[in-house]
Amino acid sequence: MRRILRGAAIPVAILLLWESGSRAGLLPMDTLSRPSDVAAAFAHALADGSIPLATWQTVQAALLGFAIAAATGVLAGVILGLSPVLERTVGPSIEALRPVPAVALTPLTLLLFGFGLRMEAAIVAFACVWPVLLVTVAAVRGIEPRLLEVAQALRLSFPSRLRKIILPAALGRVLVGLRVALSISLIVAVTVEIVMNPRGLGYGMIVASQSLKPDLMYAQLLWLGFLGWGLNAMLTRVFGRWHGAFGPGVQP
Amino acid sequence: MKRLLEASGAVLFAAGLLLLWQILAERELISPVFFPSPSRTLGELWHQVVQGLIWAPLVATGYRMFCGWALASLAGAAVGAAIGLSRAAREYLEPLLEFLRPLPASAVVPVAILFLGFSNAMTIAVIAFGAIWPVLLGSLHGFVSIEPQLADVAAALKLTRAQAFAKIAVPNALPDILAGARVGLAISLILAVVTEMQASQTGLGQNILLAQRSFRSPELYAGVVTLGIVGFAINHAIVVLERRLLRWRGAPA
Repeated sequence: MRRILRGAAIPVAILLLWESGSRAGLLPMDTLSRPSDVAAAFAHALADGSIPLATWQTVQAALLGFAIAAATGVLAGVILGLSPVLERTVGPSIEALRPVPAVALTPLTLLLFGFGLRMEAAIVAFACVWPVLLVTVAAVRGIEPRLLEVAQALRLSFPSRLRKIILPAALGRVLVGLRVALSISLIVAVTVEIVMNPRGLGYGMIVASQSLKPDLMYAQLLWLGFLGWGLNAMLTRVFGRWHGAFGPGVQP
Repeated sequence: MKRLLEASGAVLFAAGLLLLWQILAERELISPVFFPSPSRTLGELWHQVVQGLIWAPLVATGYRMFCGWALASLAGAAVGAAIGLSRAAREYLEPLLEFLRPLPASAVVPVAILFLGFSNAMTIAVIAFGAIWPVLLGSLHGFVSIEPQLADVAAALKLTRAQAFAKIAVPNALPDILAGARVGLAISLILAVVTEMQASQTGLGQNILLAQRSFRSPELYAGVVTLGIVGFAINHAIVVLERRLLRWRGAPA
């Protein structure tokens, strides 16, 4: 209880000072709209459906990009993790791509896909694939060799080896990579919208800023902060106590 | 011998990919508008280097990136230390930090534009906001996680608070701060590109955007390659810096 009170003290004080300072005419209204105006703008944008729609557009692109990155990253990671020779051959080429900032690819994806969901998802996928890929390679390489020997002794085919041994054993660590990727996905989606893609919350903020509606802009910013915070809290809760199928003992 | 073989395998693979791309683009099996051949991209890059066209945007991007990053690293380390060394400050500030941290840094671009206009100060402010979190959290963690034994040593040696801070707390937090600064540097590059594209300031990011608008795709690819090289170089530079500053730790843990 005391922790909650102390944690809330500073934000509440800022809001009160902000509101009263603005009412006393000390703060410029064209850049710092009042908290009460921000709340009103948020309620209005929620009621007319513009914030729910923008949220859906952003989340949709983030999830689609994340799904592509997760599938590619895990598949490629398993293959490269199982074959060190292949990894050493292909690895440097992959490493050469990794330092490219994902947003630098926005003009390229615009050229390829035009505005819309596909270009945004493509960039999200490019940004998210690295943590998944690297963690999966490390996780597969770290699988207890005896498990792989068992699979060999049982003469399992590759698909069932993948399904019954490799994925369950690597899952605990792969999930860590997926978690990182998921929190990156939302950030990248918003960034692409801020830079150029005319959809979603990021674009909504740019439009509100340029049409001098700071109250709406702050409303969307706070909403975005809330979304990010909620996503992170959820991920911590869900993945926090998860340890793959063979328990934490098997993972090095 | 085996390593040599593997290294040549990696080089051959990369060269094979580029060669395949080159042939496909020359035969126009893939559209040269979207995928210009590597030789055209490299030619464009070479042209930019020889003509000296690349330096002005490189310096502009690098300057903003470095200013924002330096500001973020200093402020982040200081604020992290202040919060880390005081339990009361932690209780008051942690929830606020938890809320601000996951906020996409690019989302403050519209706010910064409103306050500072399309200026260098705006870019630097956005970069500083985005890059401060990893440093701040690293510093916070570093100052909180001082081993109790070290605190006992400080007490036994009767160190003053300032001495304990300089001799025990700072060295303890330094690895975390540097790790945070490294992440912050990568974020700085991304945000420099973002603000250049959104607020049309000269730099590498804007060059890519302009190349795309006029369908000069070799120039676009050259820009992406340049940014990749910059990303690689800054990451490498800070790894070297980390190794020098943390030499006293011996082998990296």
